[in-house]
Amino acid sequence: MIKARVTVTLKSGVLDPQGKAIEGALGSLGIEGVASVRQGKVFDVEIAAADEAAARAELERACEKLLANTVIENYRVELV
Amino acid sequence: MRAAIVVFPGSNRDGDVARALVRAGASVERVWHAEPELPAGVDLAVLPGGFSYGDYLRCGAIAGRAPAMDAVRRHAARGGLVLGICNGFQILCESGLLPGVLMRNANLRFLCHRQFLRVERTDTPFTSAYRPGQAIDVCIAHGEGAYFADPDTLARLEGEERVAFRYCDAAGALAADANVNGSIEAIAGVLSENARVLGMMPHPENLVDGLVGGTDGLGLFESLARAA
Repeated sequence: MIKARVTVTLKSGVLDPQGKAIEGALGSLGIEGVASVRQGKVFDVEIAAADEAAARAELERACEKLLANTVIENYRVELV
Repeated sequence: MRAAIVVFPGSNRDGDVARALVRAGASVERVWHAEPELPAGVDLAVLPGGFSYGDYLRCGAIAGRAPAMDAVRRHAARGGLVLGICNGFQILCESGLLPGVLMRNANLRFLCHRQFLRVERTDTPFTSAYRPGQAIDVCIAHGEGAYFADPDTLARLEGEERVAFRYCDAAGALAADANVNGSIEAIAGVLSENARVLGMMPHPENLVDGLVGGTDGLGLFESLARAA
């Protein structure tokens, strides 16, 4: 079984009100120097595949079909 | 007119939209999301409001890939009418039937109140019963209704006059504070290229009976009944 981590993040230029709210909350908690926060999603996936290239290709298909909305989100597949 | 309402796990406004359609003279059938086909002879497919799949992943993301959505896609490709309200609009965007995406409301709050919409076009199967520029008094109830599209898509939508409704005030003016959820260009409803598919965040089906405070939503269903 191949283990992978898929990270989905908002494209730059897409407003992220949740990230903004978190940014504000960090400031009010005294966390200093935070210039910006963008919120994303992480999927830890176990996948059966012939090899790493096949696993990566299948997960990229998963991102295109479901895990990411490519209108507003980018994705990254890492094998771990 | 024959309408098929597609019901997903977590749909909860199918009863209300059925009532509105029946009031406008349509016959209504319900179709479970796992069905591979719509009933033969259906004029209109409706994706009702609710919280399909608990809004997991992204609102409408999982429902947008349901077997019934392949049938809705084929229905739309044949020129069939499709109406998506609230979660139904999110599903239409996620399934690729309409461009753009619905994002978290700008103020991060779930908004549930009466809302005026400006009718941008009256030459569509959904809006023929309204007057151009009419401000209709309906409802909104959503947490993720801020419409967003990239600049190219937006320019195409505006150029092709595919914005059906915008958030406005009681006088029909596009005041900044009337754009309650922070939608780009105050867009509340979007049409497909052939204007046979409409997705909208607000709920016209809430206001079809004077008993509950207004009937401005009924025009949309009467328009549909007239069209099919």
